Amino acid sequence: MAMPVSGVPTETPATQAPELGSARALGRIGRAVRLNRKATIGAVLLAIFILIALFPGVIAHDSPTQDAYAPQLGISTAHLLGTNHYGQDLFAQLVYGTRNVLIIAFVVGLATTTIAVLIGVAAAYLGGLADSSLNVVTDVLLVIPLFPLLIVIAAYAHGGTTLVLIAAITLTSWSYTARQLRSQALTLRNRDFLEAARVRGERPLYIILVELIPTMTSLLVAAFLTNALYAVLFASSLQFIGLGDPNTVSWGTTLYWAQNNAALQTGEPLWAIAPGFLIAALGAAFALLNYAFDEIGNPALRPVRKVRKKKGNEERAGK
Amino acid sequence: MRYALRRLGFFVVTLWIALTLNFLLPRLMPGNPALAMMSKFHGELSPKALNALEILFGVNTKESLLSQYFGYLHQILTGNFGTSLSQYPASVSSVIGSAIWWTLGLVGIATFLAFVLGTGLGIVSAWRRGSKLDSVVPPTFVIVSAIPYFWIAMVLVLIFGLTLHWFPSQGGYYVTTDTPGLNFTFFQDVLNHAILPAVSLLIATIGTWILIMRNTMITTLAEDYVRMARAKGLPNRRIMLDYAARNAILPNLTGFAMSLGFVVSGAILIEYVFNYPGVGYMLLQAVSSEDYPLMQGLFLLITVAVLFAILVADVLTALLDPRTRTAS
Repeated sequence: MAMPVSGVPTETPATQAPELGSARALGRIGRAVRLNRKATIGAVLLAIFILIALFPGVIAHDSPTQDAYAPQLGISTAHLLGTNHYGQDLFAQLVYGTRNVLIIAFVVGLATTTIAVLIGVAAAYLGGLADSSLNVVTDVLLVIPLFPLLIVIAAYAHGGTTLVLIAAITLTSWSYTARQLRSQALTLRNRDFLEAARVRGERPLYIILVELIPTMTSLLVAAFLTNALYAVLFASSLQFIGLGDPNTVSWGTTLYWAQNNAALQTGEPLWAIAPGFLIAALGAAFALLNYAFDEIGNPALRPVRKVRKKKGNEERAGK
Repeated sequence: MRYALRRLGFFVVTLWIALTLNFLLPRLMPGNPALAMMSKFHGELSPKALNALEILFGVNTKESLLSQYFGYLHQILTGNFGTSLSQYPASVSSVIGSAIWWTLGLVGIATFLAFVLGTGLGIVSAWRRGSKLDSVVPPTFVIVSAIPYFWIAMVLVLIFGLTLHWFPSQGGYYVTTDTPGLNFTFFQDVLNHAILPAVSLLIATIGTWILIMRNTMITTLAEDYVRMARAKGLPNRRIMLDYAARNAILPNLTGFAMSLGFVVSGAILIEYVFNYPGVGYMLLQAVSSEDYPLMQGLFLLITVAVLFAILVADVLTALLDPRTRTAS
């Protein structure tokens, strides 16, 4: 499982000039992805996975669940990754399994980020008692070890269908982002452009949605990516240890059956290694994109670059 | 002092919320899952053990939720976590006691090594910003941090355990040929079994330390006192270690404590792959055998351990770093 990389979440300073609209910010992000090699690799990887998830039937011509073949066939042109203990085509299983992981990643990523925005920005904007109480909830969730908590929840739910996994992960893992967004919103709260909106007599909801949130676009994108990455790792891990629905077609479930049949020890290593590799690759796609946005959103890296810049071009490209 | 007290207060509140979660979860789930578990073991349990379990899970009781809650809190705070069902009649505490040392040793050593090595690499990487080292190390570990812990463990099992046969890849010691005891062969056996799990955990977590340290170090290097040290013509090594790293390392203590939860989560999965007889493996076994008292006890133990580590790190930071005292 990845850990949050920036050590002290409260110290995220204002990232960009507030007058930037969200469209321009998105344009900036698009340009950054093109210019940054890490981000480009991440984006391409992610695009490939999305295509596979959308059209699995085009790529794999076998059924992911049918025990149609002889068990433990080796690698061949008919079975790119061989067949497993049950005679299922492993390649087809992994291709069809992509959709489940991506759905979890995107739904959890969006849902956690939305909850985090609501709670973080509300806390910062409202201040006072609302802020303190929301803060306690956020801080508590931040320090309770999430994975054991998810294990307990999934155990009581008697194994999680995809929906249960999504709900459990979403409800437990929004706190880190909420904290980041709160401190970001706090630094912006007393800026002139917000004051101007208040003087114009705009309602708080309008100010938050139209004035405040667009200034945090790059932070939101980064938060989405981080949360999607966690979702992939958490959900696959839960499925791997048998707390998912064992009939779902997904990478984690494939791993579960591989582990159940001691695939590593009985000479079918691909059965366990291949799905794990795909999880790592999808995770890496999110992480690489996120690393790029971290560089955009964290100006702490910038002043140093000016001071110690020697090979300027390379580093400017890495911005 | 006030800071430490506030952190202590937070510790207590969080602990209380964790306890409450433990109380509410089985009761909120549709069809109290503990009911099935209890009926399965009915007749095998002594009345006293049964009663303790009824209080833990709210079965067969006509009491209000609130008085159940106080009964539950009272029982937990007096150290009674119930009876393990899968290892009846052993109490949950004694079952956990047999597993905890394995995890403490494994996680403790791996985390310490990851922290020291990672921080060191982070320092050098930030100091030589733009060098070859700095352009390779951070992106590599960004990718590594996205790899599921258990996959690293599987790959190590496959390569060093099953293919090269360098190290044993299952269990904590040779159960059939070795008996636990304070002798050299047993010690060596345990060490041999711990190497692959520890290295898995090390690989999985070291990236975080590198990246955290590198980022803080970069910020610190821009400070005036570092420029001052350069202007004075101090040797580079001294600026790097005594001026920059020394100030950059303290905020990381908090990050260190915060990510312990992730380390513990990772250890659960790694123990699972290696069948390592620690707390994480036990937790998953408790789940699969529907031994809910043991599962709850382990969840509480893990939570308390992580919270305690955070508290220690917070207090340490406050003691060592005057900046946090004035800031709060």
